[in-house]
Amino acid sequence: MANIILNGAVVPNTWTLVEANSDTPIADYSIVPLATWLAIREDAAHAGKHIGVWLAPADDPAELAEDVARLPLIAVQFPAFTDGRGYSIGRLLRERFGFKGEMRAIGDVGRDHLFNLFHCGFNAFEIKASQRAEDAIAGLKDFSDNYQSTAQSKQPVYRRRVHAQTPDSWATISSPS
Amino acid sequence: MYKYDNIDQTLVNQRVAQFRGQTQRFLAGELSEDEFRPLRLMNGLYVQRHAPMLRVAIPYGMLNSRQVRMLAHIARKYDRGYGHFSTRQNIQYNWPRLEEVPDILADLASVEMHAIQTSGNCVRNTTTDQFAGVAHDELVDPRPYCELIRQWSTFHPEFTFLPRKFKIAVSSSIEDRAATLVHDIGLHVVKNESGEIGVRVMVGGGLGRTPIIGHVIREFLPREELLNYLDAILRVYNLHGRRDNKYKARIKILVKELTPAKFAAEVEAEWAHLKGGEAVVPDQEFVRLESFFEAPAYQHLAAVDAGFERKQLEDRGFARWVEQNTFAHRVPGYRAVTLSLKPYGGIPPGDITDAQLDAVADLADRFSFGEVRVSHEQNLILSDVKQSELFAVWQEARKLGFATPNIGLLTNIIACPGGDFCSLANARSLPIAAAIQERFEDLDYVHDLGPIDLNISGCINACGHHHVGHIGILGVDKDNNEFYQVTLGGSQGNNASLGKVIGPSFSAAEIAPAVERIIEAFVEQRHEDEAFIDTIRRVGIDPFKTRAYDKPELKVA
Repeated sequence: MANIILNGAVVPNTWTLVEANSDTPIADYSIVPLATWLAIREDAAHAGKHIGVWLAPADDPAELAEDVARLPLIAVQFPAFTDGRGYSIGRLLRERFGFKGEMRAIGDVGRDHLFNLFHCGFNAFEIKASQRAEDAIAGLKDFSDNYQSTAQSKQPVYRRRVHAQTPDSWATISSPS
Repeated sequence: MYKYDNIDQTLVNQRVAQFRGQTQRFLAGELSEDEFRPLRLMNGLYVQRHAPMLRVAIPYGMLNSRQVRMLAHIARKYDRGYGHFSTRQNIQYNWPRLEEVPDILADLASVEMHAIQTSGNCVRNTTTDQFAGVAHDELVDPRPYCELIRQWSTFHPEFTFLPRKFKIAVSSSIEDRAATLVHDIGLHVVKNESGEIGVRVMVGGGLGRTPIIGHVIREFLPREELLNYLDAILRVYNLHGRRDNKYKARIKILVKELTPAKFAAEVEAEWAHLKGGEAVVPDQEFVRLESFFEAPAYQHLAAVDAGFERKQLEDRGFARWVEQNTFAHRVPGYRAVTLSLKPYGGIPPGDITDAQLDAVADLADRFSFGEVRVSHEQNLILSDVKQSELFAVWQEARKLGFATPNIGLLTNIIACPGGDFCSLANARSLPIAAAIQERFEDLDYVHDLGPIDLNISGCINACGHHHVGHIGILGVDKDNNEFYQVTLGGSQGNNASLGKVIGPSFSAAEIAPAVERIIEAFVEQRHEDEAFIDTIRRVGIDPFKTRAYDKPELKVA
């Protein structure tokens, strides 16, 4: 059931999410809750596995500040798409803590949120079951530019305007696909 | 006025396309009601009592005549021939069809307008002084700052789903005409001792269920750091504002629960990470933005026009209108004119027809460099009229019904659309406004009473700003009947204060007579030409309260 968009393409999901307070054993390619991660991070028994972490909206991303270099994947949960805390969490992970791996939005995530999520640093999206990833991917291209300095286009419009020679020379942002 | 460049126009066009697609997906059943609701709200579309309501953004209240004609066109083509100016300097249409809203947005985009973020839990339209750029008491023109904030807040990727709606107001004059102290963020553009421009930042003000006056969290912020600092405030709010209870979700509650000092410390800590980064606004961008708001081609005129003076002596009605409805201009020989959208005769405050909109556009072209402003008091402003032409403007305004000389007076009532239109309202506002106006038809009497702000909200959301009315009226529901609570002593501006509830609420039939008795009590208590608010501050609310509940009409009824 591929409903994952990664770096602008629909791909199969290779990871398994471990729910909070579940006793599912931690296998290779598990995405574990923050609390679980904090308990096992130094555990040699898991040293060889690919383990990702998922954050709930109330989790503090600073807890992962020391781990960003070794984590291949961090997922941020959106229990409802109207809960916008994950957008700030995404930016903090990318811009403050320098996370370079796969950053995945999970939960109530669909076409109409992809553009903003992308500009908050997300490069992976688990699209909710009611939508097809093949359709939702169009949402990444809803807009061709941003006014703001974002996780993807650091230079805001107003800095580029100053350098522009002609209106047509305005730089376009790095395209997601 | 600000003029879109390629980037601005492209983004607005892309928004129209995006919303067209969302509407089609909703109508095709691909988006559920719950999924579509926040998307349509962020395009200003509510589902109301009778039909959808579309709220169109008028950034910081500025319009050119071409845009005003487009608003008339929309009223004619898609609505029932009228619109309603709101207390957020926006215009609302009460009868559009959902299927046609994308077409309305496309028409708006053709004149550099939109409905972006006029609702929803995001940063709303930034408001300012309706006399920005022409006010005699202004330090710095706030409009370039408003435009900068408009762009920053438009589709901000991080702050589209905040805990609750978020409103910013900017002012830069001695008298605060933008109600900055009752906004989520209030900004005063100021100069420091070295003459550098910066911003005084206030947070956590607001009306609604828990009215609070804002707190200064930074006295002087260098202007190039404005957007970094706004990002810092919004990030602290986005991460920590309450999401469990919509009545406690505004930033004012977070500021109150943390204390303003602790909230300020969190913002400063966040700002420390952002300071000096890519979001710093270069000086050239301020220069670029300022260039759009340069003074129009004013003529060199005498400070006083002899013909204008003579007309006032000859015509008492004209003199009164000049006194109440025109405002001192920083350029000699000019005045700013307020067209009152609060006529007598039961027309809802802020309502305007398509023909009136077209006529206002013509007046702007003839007399005021083709520009019109909307005030948060729901009136329209011609900001640059020559004294020698005021008489002609007055005559035209009278034909339109826009010359009621009541600006600042009791009958310049601020009112939300209330229960006649709004599905949130507990009670109707418009019939109450009409009933009060009916009791004060004698203009000489109203004039003699001096400045009185009377504000009416149909529910606790306080769209009619009742807390800051000298007299505030709030619609409440009692066992499915409309009742009205009265507050006294509120005020906007520099000495903003919140009104105090005087006691049990009044029925719809009782409220206008109660207001009349409160005014009678004022006349008895007043010292000479004392203003209503000053009398209340001097004697307290008790004499007014006693009189308000002395209800002779109940015996008759």
